Amino acid sequence: MNTGTVAGHTTTAVWSALGAVLDPELDEPVTRLGFVHEVEVGECEAGGAVVRVVLRLPTYFCAPNFAYLMVADAADAVRAVPGVTHAEIVLCDHFAAAEINAGVAEEHGFAAAFPGEATGEPAVLRRTFQRKAYLASLDRVCGMLLARGWRPDELTTRTLADVPDSPERRRLVRRRAALGLPCDPDSVVLVDEDGVPIPSGQVTTTLRFARAVRVSIEGNAGLCTGLLRTRYGGVQEDGS
Amino acid sequence: MYTKDGEHYFIVDSHVHFWDGSPANQANRYGKGFVECFYDYHRNLSPDEWVWPLDKFERYSEKDLMDDLFVNGYVDKAIFQPTYLGDFYVNGFNTTEQDGAIAERHPGRFIVNGSWDPREGESGLDRLEVLAHRWNLTGVKLYTAEWRGDSKGWKLSDPWAYRYLEKCEELGIVNIHVHKGPTIYPLNRDAFDVADVDEAASAFPNLRFIVEHCGLPRLEDFCWIATQEPNVYGGLAVAMPFIHTRPRYFAQVLGELLYWLDENRLTFASDYAIWSPRWLVERFVDFQIPEDMRAEYGVLTPEIKKKILGLNAARLYGIEVPGEAALPEEPVDSGEAIGSAPVVPA
Repeated sequence: MNTGTVAGHTTTAVWSALGAVLDPELDEPVTRLGFVHEVEVGECEAGGAVVRVVLRLPTYFCAPNFAYLMVADAADAVRAVPGVTHAEIVLCDHFAAAEINAGVAEEHGFAAAFPGEATGEPAVLRRTFQRKAYLASLDRVCGMLLARGWRPDELTTRTLADVPDSPERRRLVRRRAALGLPCDPDSVVLVDEDGVPIPSGQVTTTLRFARAVRVSIEGNAGLCTGLLRTRYGGVQEDGS
Repeated sequence: MYTKDGEHYFIVDSHVHFWDGSPANQANRYGKGFVECFYDYHRNLSPDEWVWPLDKFERYSEKDLMDDLFVNGYVDKAIFQPTYLGDFYVNGFNTTEQDGAIAERHPGRFIVNGSWDPREGESGLDRLEVLAHRWNLTGVKLYTAEWRGDSKGWKLSDPWAYRYLEKCEELGIVNIHVHKGPTIYPLNRDAFDVADVDEAASAFPNLRFIVEHCGLPRLEDFCWIATQEPNVYGGLAVAMPFIHTRPRYFAQVLGELLYWLDENRLTFASDYAIWSPRWLVERFVDFQIPEDMRAEYGVLTPEIKKKILGLNAARLYGIEVPGEAALPEEPVDSGEAIGSAPVVPA
């Protein structure tokens, strides 16, 4: 096998690994959002792959905590690709790029990357957005079910087994799993972010709030990808 | 005033700027990055014919401002919202004094809002009093993400912020415009968290808290707070231009806001010079909720549009509305959310 093919295989595997890295706020893969600017794969003397990934974001002032999480998650994902012996993830064109890149490269953790400016690791922040992502996915599934003629009060008794296989269902199950909620077929569909079933009297309010969360997340994703295109060039908005 | 199909719309642009983001005034890379970030918002969400070159955007003239708002933009009254950014710009980005000088040259056109920063402590309280008397302040614009030395932001629920809010009550400054985020530090918190607005609005029921760009990108958190706090309002800066690039998304945002708040607590704003009021006003008056969303969001009546475009802000600021643009008197500010707003569980 020549080195070109090895590099080619690794490049494909790295892109695929990056496809599992989500923007925690927008709940979309960084690859689909256009945040991965460049993937370079080289070979070190011992035969392993040396990977350099360049990430870029929609604005100079994008929230640095989310930026850090994406760079750190990308580093973890790329380092886990078989054959990769060294991975460097570089965030560019961001006001805190130097701190974030150094923090991730040295693997000292979030708080150490920003001495005095972060009071702990970002687990709570990440969880907050996993909860939002879950509510948005719940709205997508319930919207689909209501469009198929289900009544709102029926939702409280139905289980995952009742939900037809669809991208919406698969996304809901992934988001449930991320929060540690049960995912087996006899699990009730309509539960809150802590897994507590929603009583029938609160179905309307819960679904309305889930709708607002989805509108917010999808809107932000649209704005961010638009700003990225404006900043770096690319195809125009689709007008939706 | 804008007139279409026999309806008269009184226009209050609740959020305009006269800034200097030019290279000569940029103190560092943050000042450059800040105005360029604004410029990308401008370029991304404006119709092509409204996009300016960067150098004009960084520093436009007084004539541009007056023409775009009052000659071509249908605006009856504009509210200056300062953004100091003293750590990013040599003379500040957009101060009360810069705004006030323009307002004094054009009597009757503008309302001048001030600002304060709780990190200035006791001496800042005195400065606020001087500023209030000099410019007859009835409103302030607060930017919680502003950097100041080692501090990279503050919260409305900070003890010193409460001292300043008490001072506002004493001085008759009743309109508190809050620009959330991105509050950059501490990094392990959500940068756009609006929870502090909730606390402050509960603690100061006599003040109105107008959350700029209606909490975007945390629309849902803003809606949740506004449902519970009758003195919380949504400013539509940043949300408005979606009417051009993404009308269906604009319909959803507006639909959610009308559902969770009501039509009496939303105020039009262009965020000039990021966007210009002429095309926003024209398109908003022509806008309707798409047919497939009406079961959920209803329709926009001329009455709702009149309130959003000017009458709501006129009520907040005591601006006189000419008879042909006014609506019949109705009880508002009743302390209860109106219409379909849901009951919030404890």
